[in-house]
Amino acid sequence: MDGTGLAISLAKAGFVAFLLLNAVPLLVWLERRGAAFIQDRIGPNRTSIAGFALAGLVQPLADVVKFMFKEDFVPPSANRTFYLLAPIITLIPALMTFAVVPFADVVRIGERLVQMQVADLNVGILYVFAIASLGVYGVVLAGWASNNKYSFLGSVRASAQMISYELSMGLSVLGLVMVFGTLQLDDMVRAQGARLFGVLPLWGIVLQPLGFLLFVISVFAETNRLPFDLAESEAELVVGYHTEYSSMKFATFFMAEYIAMTTGAALIVSLFLGGWQVPFVSSETLNGWTADLLGPGAGSWLAALIQFGSFSAKLGFFLWLFIWVRWTLPRFRYDQLMRLGWKVMLPLALANLLVTAAVLLVIDGAAGR
Amino acid sequence: MTPVTVKGVNPADVKDVARAQTDENRPWWVRTYIPAILGGMGVTMRHLIANLRNRRNTATIEYPEVKREYSPRFRGRHYLKKRPSGDPRCVACYMCATACPADCIFIVAGEHPDPAIEKYPVEFVIDGLRCIYCGYCVDACPEDAIAMTRDYEMAGYHREDFIWDKDYLLNWRDRVEREDGYQPYEGEIDKERMSRGRL
Ligand code: SF4
Ligand code: SF4
Repeated sequence: MDGTGLAISLAKAGFVAFLLLNAVPLLVWLERRGAAFIQDRIGPNRTSIAGFALAGLVQPLADVVKFMFKEDFVPPSANRTFYLLAPIITLIPALMTFAVVPFADVVRIGERLVQMQVADLNVGILYVFAIASLGVYGVVLAGWASNNKYSFLGSVRASAQMISYELSMGLSVLGLVMVFGTLQLDDMVRAQGARLFGVLPLWGIVLQPLGFLLFVISVFAETNRLPFDLAESEAELVVGYHTEYSSMKFATFFMAEYIAMTTGAALIVSLFLGGWQVPFVSSETLNGWTADLLGPGAGSWLAALIQFGSFSAKLGFFLWLFIWVRWTLPRFRYDQLMRLGWKVMLPLALANLLVTAAVLLVIDGAAGR
Repeated sequence: MTPVTVKGVNPADVKDVARAQTDENRPWWVRTYIPAILGGMGVTMRHLIANLRNRRNTATIEYPEVKREYSPRFRGRHYLKKRPSGDPRCVACYMCATACPADCIFIVAGEHPDPAIEKYPVEFVIDGLRCIYCGYCVDACPEDAIAMTRDYEMAGYHREDFIWDKDYLLNWRDRVEREDGYQPYEGEIDKERMSRGRL
């Protein structure tokens, strides 16, 4: 990789990290205000800078300042090393997973075609699963290292839940992998630009509706969001694995949760909702229009911007869905969670896989391949 | 025992009705819970939109600007009543201190120069942090000397701020305006009801 290539890669990585880290305060704001309005309350609207509360958007700023200056307490009976390591281990995988998510079509810089994706790995999906599951180690370590029974119970629950839902998550995507014949997310998104009978966009959700449902449910479970937040359970376990954490360490867990949520939503969008594809306008058509308008170089930038907008809109919807569901549904009981995971989701995912395989076989046979 | 019968329901059917309502007998699409979940999400979304449109239904009282209307019998911070002369009405009989379940009234009695008044409180202290605001002291007082206000805005930087002495209890309402709260009962006493433990 030459110098320019390196610079471009760094710029992309920086852009994604910036995006993710800044999504957190926005999401916290959305969560608090959204929850308030759903529950017939008003929510935080007091914190203001020079009299401007910006509908409560200043509140996360104040929260951050508060987190930084709060006492950083390590319980005397905690295992110091793991206690300090746990929040980092939770945050890093959450940030890393986003690397393979493409957020726009290729952009032309001079002679160079730049992919709008931090890393176009040929094992794309496998990477996602490998890294995303690392997050649970942070949760388990946190619970174990704090030496608190509630934290410990929380992390035991988290690990059991993770194992149960990882299975159906992987199986639900496998169907999509078979349909598109690739593990690369960028190729998948590109394939979703096709249209059925020239009308219906052939998104993953059209090809694999059941897979979509199962994947969304698994993502909820993987990100520990309600109705699957058994690892936290404010009511029974105080807040589970991060009961003993304070100040910035707690904030790190908080950030990790929201970043994992963003990554999960981005995966749903990329796999099942056409990623950066603008509905009804294929990337070639869009690039043609913008190239006519601004020339091929700047045109590809404008097209990428529009596609990024489309991606963000879909992402935003799913992030809102996370919040919406959280304030609608109550938490599962533990046996219900396990039953759903093993007796409903897993058989359904397997059935989905079998049917997909059979259909593909028939189609391929008909095509004489 | 004869079976309890509900009009219009044949007891023999009850079992069937109960069975019909278990999960296993609902159609499969109901049992996926997806219609119910979507219905629930519709409810929350309706609330969200309604509350974004206007604040008519939000329960929030935006506190420092808007305050809740409390009942006239609200039991807030106490005050000591005065005689027309400005002296406390209290005769230091210790009834309130005796009645107080939190044991937070401290009185030191002294001889009053006016022979018509037997005693007066040299000191009268209420510990506002121990007090449970039950109002028993108000009920116990034979002289109508202690009563309560609707003041609930009690915040202080030190614990000592909540040790209210005689001077404070007599005069704090001159400095801050607060409505009357729980007052001694002045109506007829119903002996019958009292025997049942109610005033
Ligand atoms: S209100 Fe109750 S607790 Fe408080 S001083 Fe009076 S009797 Fe005691
Ligand atoms: S009961 Fe009334 S008169 Fe007696 S000490 Fe208390 S306040 Fe004074």
